Amino acid sequence: MVDHEMWGSTPARGRTDRLVAAVVWLAATVVTAVFLWILADLLRHGAGQISWTFLTAAPASAGRAGGIGPILVSTAWILAVCLAVALPLGLGTAVLLAELTSAEDAFGRLVRRSLDVLAGVPSIVFGLFGNALFCVYLGLGFSILSGGLTLACMVLPILIRSAEEGLRAVPDEYRLGGAALGLSRGKILLHLLLPAAVPGLIVGVVLGFGRAIAETAALIFTSGYVDRMPGSVHDSGRALSIHIYDLGVNIPGGETNAYATALVLVAILLLTNTAASLLGDRLRGRHAES
Amino acid sequence: MKNAHPLVQTEALGLHYGRKPAFLDVSLAVPRGAITAVIGPSGCGKSSFLACINRLSDLLPRCRVEGSVRIGETEVFDPGTDVVALRRRVGMIFQKPNPFPLSIRRNLELPLKEHGMRGRAERDAVIERTLTDVGLWQEVHDRLDASALGLSGGQQQRLCLARALALEPEVVLLDEPCSALDPISSGVVEDLIVSLRGRYTVVVVTHNLAQARRIADRVAFFWVQDGAGRLIEEGEADQVFGDPRDELTAAYVGGARG
Repeated sequence: MVDHEMWGSTPARGRTDRLVAAVVWLAATVVTAVFLWILADLLRHGAGQISWTFLTAAPASAGRAGGIGPILVSTAWILAVCLAVALPLGLGTAVLLAELTSAEDAFGRLVRRSLDVLAGVPSIVFGLFGNALFCVYLGLGFSILSGGLTLACMVLPILIRSAEEGLRAVPDEYRLGGAALGLSRGKILLHLLLPAAVPGLIVGVVLGFGRAIAETAALIFTSGYVDRMPGSVHDSGRALSIHIYDLGVNIPGGETNAYATALVLVAILLLTNTAASLLGDRLRGRHAES
Repeated sequence: MKNAHPLVQTEALGLHYGRKPAFLDVSLAVPRGAITAVIGPSGCGKSSFLACINRLSDLLPRCRVEGSVRIGETEVFDPGTDVVALRRRVGMIFQKPNPFPLSIRRNLELPLKEHGMRGRAERDAVIERTLTDVGLWQEVHDRLDASALGLSGGQQQRLCLARALALEPEVVLLDEPCSALDPISSGVVEDLIVSLRGRYTVVVVTHNLAQARRIADRVAFFWVQDGAGRLIEEGEADQVFGDPRDELTAAYVGGARG
């Protein structure tokens, strides 16, 4: 039998282990509890409002009554503009950074530094910038287009960094092996690197989508807060987050619908996150198989 | 064996990573159709030397090459040389098997398509022939569309060899092709290398002396001197192992050094 006394510290070590475990569990529980609390609060105040009519009808009485149909449509359009612009730009820049510049390349370093700064810029600054550039200078006015483009500027750093990480995580063996077989750089990128980087790309899109759909300050000055159904991307459109802000701050008696709208927003976020992670698993699986 | 018709010839070849030389001043003639083994301790520039022959050195970070490599009439480092065509003529197998994360079929198809083989029937014939050549056809013919990553290490390495041979290269470079494999797989791959003799010009880097003794027609011995790898001695395998001219070679092949 092992003589525990010989090692002396065993009971003390047991206590330390238990303490560490308790702290870690407590931290995780607190984080989860905060999220659940928010969710429960939203459900308690907002769930009663949610109905098909609420999701499709136009707001009435400045949002106190009616639904959020046009607001959902505007949000979808703003996000579509944002991702349609940010995805190709972000992917292109990530390929440049990961594949065509080395870690110590001066140009690559400059681009990376700029992105880090850009990622830390407060969204209200993006809003003012978007207003000055897209609404005024380029003459797009308060429109879904201006809002989507401003959001694109905001999510680009997130997209680029995660796409770059994804590409850098692809083992060099594929690059060398492909090159040794006489595959062109483009073919290696298309057939070997991008598929292997897909999980990283999905993470970037999810993070970018999350930041974009939750954005308020950047949109107030760019896409505006007209709550009518938009006819085209040149119309002003109110995003979900702005609707919540307006109902919560400016409209007495708007709280219930603010809660319901917030619940819809959180539900969309949860759904997209889940869908993206399922998609990521599927693609990873298929990529390994086919 | 006479060395009258070298296919690959290097002249005062050297390679630097930044300021640090990996190997310097290597002039070596590799005879057509023979197996040439490059031996020497770790860090003597053997693998870097190999990477010059198909210009994979282009991809190595901060790498600079001096001197020249000729394959037949082609000046490898001439700016006008078509690197893609060059790498089709010079196949390469790496230490760690590196099948792409695609199906077995796609692994072979991808390079064939890239080099202009459009016909499906034609490709399928090449795939069957090369997989048969490396002894893999019986093992995988009923699961060509399964992931290549599901194969064992030895099978993966044979697939990589098949992938290279499918392009009908003249030269096959092997960078320690057996060192990541278990002994049985290693033996299978070694037999395959021997079977390439005559049909291909083979350059194999190995630090397994027994293997070099078994398979090589000619041997080039690298050793680190003054901080850079150098070619100490090269010649017929029997001579280098049996009657080395240089003391370093004698000590190394005799097991006293390295």
